[in-house]
Amino acid sequence: MKIHEYQGKELLKKHNIKIPHGIPAFSIEEAMKAYEALDSSVVAVKAQVHAGGRGKGGGVKIAKNKDEAYNHIENIFGMNLVTHQTGPQGKNVERLYLESGVDIKDEFYAAITLDRSLEMDVFMVSTEGGVEIEKVASETPDKIIKVWIDPLVGIKNYQLRKLAFGLGLTGKSFKEAISTFNKMYNCYQKNDASILEINPLVITNDDEIIALDSKFNFDSNALFRQKDIVAMRDLTEEDEMEIEASEHNLNYIKLDGNVGCMVNGAGLAMATMDIIKIAGGEPANFLDVGGTANAETVKNGFRIILSDKNVKSILINIFGGIVRCDRVAEGVVQAVKELGLNVPVVVRLQGTNAKEAKKILEDSNVSIIPAHGMKDAAEKAVQSVLN
Amino acid sequence: MSILVNKNSRVVVQGITGSEGQFHSKQMLDYGTNIVAGVTPGKGGTSVLDGSVKVYNSVEESILRTKADTSIIFVPPPFAAEAIIESSYAGIKLIVCITEGVPIHDMVKVKQIIKRNGTRLIGPNCPGIITVDECKLGIMPGFICKRGNIGVVSKSGTLTYEAIDQLVNSGLGQTTAIGIGGDPIIGTTMLDCLELFEDDKDTDGVVIIGEIGGQMEIEAAHWAKENMSKPIAGFIAGKTAPPGKRMGHAGAIVSGGNDTAEAKIKVLNECGISVSESVADIGSVMKSLMN
Repeated sequence: MKIHEYQGKELLKKHNIKIPHGIPAFSIEEAMKAYEALDSSVVAVKAQVHAGGRGKGGGVKIAKNKDEAYNHIENIFGMNLVTHQTGPQGKNVERLYLESGVDIKDEFYAAITLDRSLEMDVFMVSTEGGVEIEKVASETPDKIIKVWIDPLVGIKNYQLRKLAFGLGLTGKSFKEAISTFNKMYNCYQKNDASILEINPLVITNDDEIIALDSKFNFDSNALFRQKDIVAMRDLTEEDEMEIEASEHNLNYIKLDGNVGCMVNGAGLAMATMDIIKIAGGEPANFLDVGGTANAETVKNGFRIILSDKNVKSILINIFGGIVRCDRVAEGVVQAVKELGLNVPVVVRLQGTNAKEAKKILEDSNVSIIPAHGMKDAAEKAVQSVLN
Repeated sequence: MSILVNKNSRVVVQGITGSEGQFHSKQMLDYGTNIVAGVTPGKGGTSVLDGSVKVYNSVEESILRTKADTSIIFVPPPFAAEAIIESSYAGIKLIVCITEGVPIHDMVKVKQIIKRNGTRLIGPNCPGIITVDECKLGIMPGFICKRGNIGVVSKSGTLTYEAIDQLVNSGLGQTTAIGIGGDPIIGTTMLDCLELFEDDKDTDGVVIIGEIGGQMEIEAAHWAKENMSKPIAGFIAGKTAPPGKRMGHAGAIVSGGNDTAEAKIKVLNECGISVSESVADIGSVMKSLMN
């Protein structure tokens, strides 16, 4: 789960990490008031959307006086912000964050995330602040200093020192950095974050360490114990159908093709998308209906798939293990009848009672195309788009 | 022979009184799995499944009474990590955790603890492990398997069943099939399984099924290139998955560039693994390798 920059900063503040003075605003009027309240010679007006590249897309502007500020606020609030992460359709800006400017002596990169290969959290810092870390990692990997944290003992002082020494810090800024890094790790741990990235982390002329930007991602598996984080969820940032699907315990992701698919199991669902492509078609979605594929789940699945108007055919691929295929077949027939579908539905059922299932499909009076094996199913689904 | 479990495995089911626990315990017993005990804290002294399995309050107690050495976990996500830790400290040698949705921070800790205690963990978020005709320790449909000489290791549940079904249709049976799970942090890796299959005298070939996200398939392939004498057929799911999106499994997300399906397929092929482009060809590719 992701949150907005201003929410991330509130969270950092709660953990006593220094941030610039800032105020979120949900209307132009609020933003104007926020500007007055900040009472600062330099103010950044920042669009709040869950996507990177906001600056390049024109969603972050610096104002040096009142007129400039009002101008930026009016331009950015309500704009359709397009960045490399929003996709071509862009994102409507409905929240702003106004932030006082900070004098910057130097800027760094600092982040904590999970290292899947070493199965531990890794804390990374770099002197190359403010630029994309992926670029630093591929071009000058020696400029990234890393420490891996044993989860049973937590981060230790020698590790914090290694990070701060690695940035070439001394004196007050060295001490401040150590304290900030320690707080970052606490914040990451306590909130079940999967990424905490501060880029840039800046040193001011007074040798204070301040988080100028922050990016959080949270482990969805842990949300049951993170009520404060869940409260920050912004549903307008998520796909409407993906939300509805999750309410029905279905896992749906919309794609750009026209062959819809409904599958039990995430791996098989991905493999089904892939084989549609091999058969010459383009998958319209990922949809995992989970372990129980009954009439109700199938019906919900159909509704969600067909909310995408590009869909021209639907492929149902169920490997019945504990779930019996004949039950699934009955569910499919019932759902097709009740919803009165007008797109071709190709059904492949394999596993427990597959033969009985095939007979149920063939004897039904609805237009279902039975298939044998995944290749046959994918080809039939792609073919039926063309017909 | 086989790997990790067999007819002598003495199984305790953690969370046996829940609906999932009871349902799958019955299925496992029917398959022939030697379930010797169940554990649900507070329900010690009772029994389930018409009195056939006794319930204890702790794993420790179940080991004292029944000499259980293997555990399978069906407890909800908030309690799953602790269930693993309890079993590990009680001395269980092999733990299968079926539970989906265990927090990653919990698993990072669990991983260090099981390493320290020398416990083998399979999962979480996995279908479990089956040694054909001997022991089913999981939720997979046992009847689709046929005894034979192929080992199967996979990140996905139903895709494992698909592969097993294709193997059987190609005339190939299995020794042991393991679903290692689709989470970012799991107990037993693909490489671990290849090592075990290489050492198992009854396994003559292995099918590995991976997906986008992480480096597990690549690490296994590099190891296999240097150490594996048996042929490997492979498949990687998610060529059409968009980057940055979590595809069902918590770990199935393209987040770098070297964790895409294409990147993995390339490395696997370079390491001598025969990767099928289409999911429909897993069985036939393995068959041709065995001829």
